[in-house]
Amino acid sequence: MAHGVQERRQAGAQAGAGPEPLLVADGVTLQYKTTDHLVTATWRVGFEVFAGERFVLLGPSGCGKSTLLKAIAGFMAPVEGTFRLAGAPITRPGSDRMMVFQEFDQLLPWKTVLGNVMFPLLVNRRMPRSEARAHARDLIAKVNLSRFEAIYPHMLSGGMKQRTAIARALAMEPKVLLMDEPFAALDALTRRKMQEELVGLWEEVGFTVIFVTHSIEEAILVGSRILVLSPHPGRVKAELNAHHLGFESLGTPEFEALHRRIHDLLFTDRIETELASEAAHG
Amino acid sequence: MAELAIHSRPDQSPPVRPERVITLDALGAVGDAARPLGPIERLANITLVRRLVVLAVLAVLWEAFARYTANPLLFPSLSETLAAFWDATARGPLIDRTLNSLSVLAMGYGVGLVAAAVFTTLAVSTRAGTDLLSTLTAMFNPLPAIALLPLALLWFGLGAKSLVFVIVHSVLWAVALNTHSGFTSVSPTLRMAGQNCGLKGLSFVMLLLVPAAFPSILTGLKIGWAFAWRTLIAAELVFGASSRSGGLGWFIFENRNELETPSVFAGLLTVILIGLVVESVIFRTIENMTVRRWGMQS
Repeated sequence: MAHGVQERRQAGAQAGAGPEPLLVADGVTLQYKTTDHLVTATWRVGFEVFAGERFVLLGPSGCGKSTLLKAIAGFMAPVEGTFRLAGAPITRPGSDRMMVFQEFDQLLPWKTVLGNVMFPLLVNRRMPRSEARAHARDLIAKVNLSRFEAIYPHMLSGGMKQRTAIARALAMEPKVLLMDEPFAALDALTRRKMQEELVGLWEEVGFTVIFVTHSIEEAILVGSRILVLSPHPGRVKAELNAHHLGFESLGTPEFEALHRRIHDLLFTDRIETELASEAAHG
Repeated sequence: MAELAIHSRPDQSPPVRPERVITLDALGAVGDAARPLGPIERLANITLVRRLVVLAVLAVLWEAFARYTANPLLFPSLSETLAAFWDATARGPLIDRTLNSLSVLAMGYGVGLVAAAVFTTLAVSTRAGTDLLSTLTAMFNPLPAIALLPLALLWFGLGAKSLVFVIVHSVLWAVALNTHSGFTSVSPTLRMAGQNCGLKGLSFVMLLLVPAAFPSILTGLKIGWAFAWRTLIAAELVFGASSRSGGLGWFIFENRNELETPSVFAGLLTVILIGLVVESVIFRTIENMTVRRWGMQS
């Protein structure tokens, strides 16, 4: 579609002489095929992620945020535009971009918690087995699962499974940690606890994370910068700062204001698309 | 409906009651939240124990019925069968015959597994391979392996080769079909997680697909084993007559010709025993150590 259109740079180009961005999405259009449609998931999405950021992709279902994350992970290639990680284009899946999925079956059922966390270290021959074990134990302790390291995944609760997946991803010390709605399948109490733990872990370890969610509250709590996407196809609607807001600011006017602002961004959009689809079908 | 709603509405709004907050003390009064099961309950949870009970009941029924009919030529009792079994084991050819059968079986099973691995590799790596496998499976799965025996005899002559051929046929399709369907049903998330961890090519198959599809693979192995064992005994019954070192099937056939009915029963008992040992001991142990332990099968 519209090949002649000059590619616009949508990313926040305000980064002056500061540090180089770690990950750059440059005019990325993503499409995938269903049985009878070619779906455009995102259209010319651009953004930059800097090292140490907690970058949130936020949007309603259908905005292509999960597809975007899968493309960053290297599971699909953009039809237009590029992703560059530390200057190098992303072409295939790799352990420098470890991913935590929403589904609990991302863990290998035939390996214990320890075995799962050690698995990528051993597959990539990152370190000898004994060293990998010590390193994995260290991370398991960081996600408070030391008592369960010999347990198989089917005996863990949902929250524990996600913590194991986080430990497995962090054990590889990835350039960027990708999280695809990792807490969406958890109950509300566990979810809040996991959000706090993730931010705590970030403060302790200091990784870069790209976090996909459809919850505005989660985006503000977990994220330091929020990319708001519109649906059908996903386009960048806004890029907002939330680094100053955390769990202690829950219920403060500032928090509520940002929440309201994002809500309005998403909500006006929904009305527009609903009207548009009504007009199209009616 | 509306009337009902109005009628069921209480006259007054519920009272506003004082709140309560309780500090929980030690669990003394409630006792342990989890109590260990008693010994009999534990024993009843062991499948082997329950199966042995069923076996014992069947043995008693058998003995009683045989003694009631008192016709050892048609239906020998359990004790007569056991005596014949002991006799054939200690002095007769039963052990030799059994070993013959098992060695032919092992050879056929092994060749069948290798062939299944080749077919499955083809099927997962190319679309043409998938089509080939599903077509061949659809064609040959309903064909009883024993029906190929006459052809096998024609091609390979009397002897182990023909037996191996029919056993391969009975193992190959069951194992290939189950392994392939196991591979295709591995969840996309697990596949992506595997690739994300850096698996590709052969390591992806060996370290991710095979263990993830292991419940299906094991089912295929079990079905293949059952087919192979039945086919082997049946094949031996057909042409064991001209083979000097016959197997168990030939043992049964021989004794029937000599009207040694207790020995026929002893031969059948051996067939059953081996089947039971393989299914309830070998395969069950594998299951307990793998898929059950991993929670991939309840």
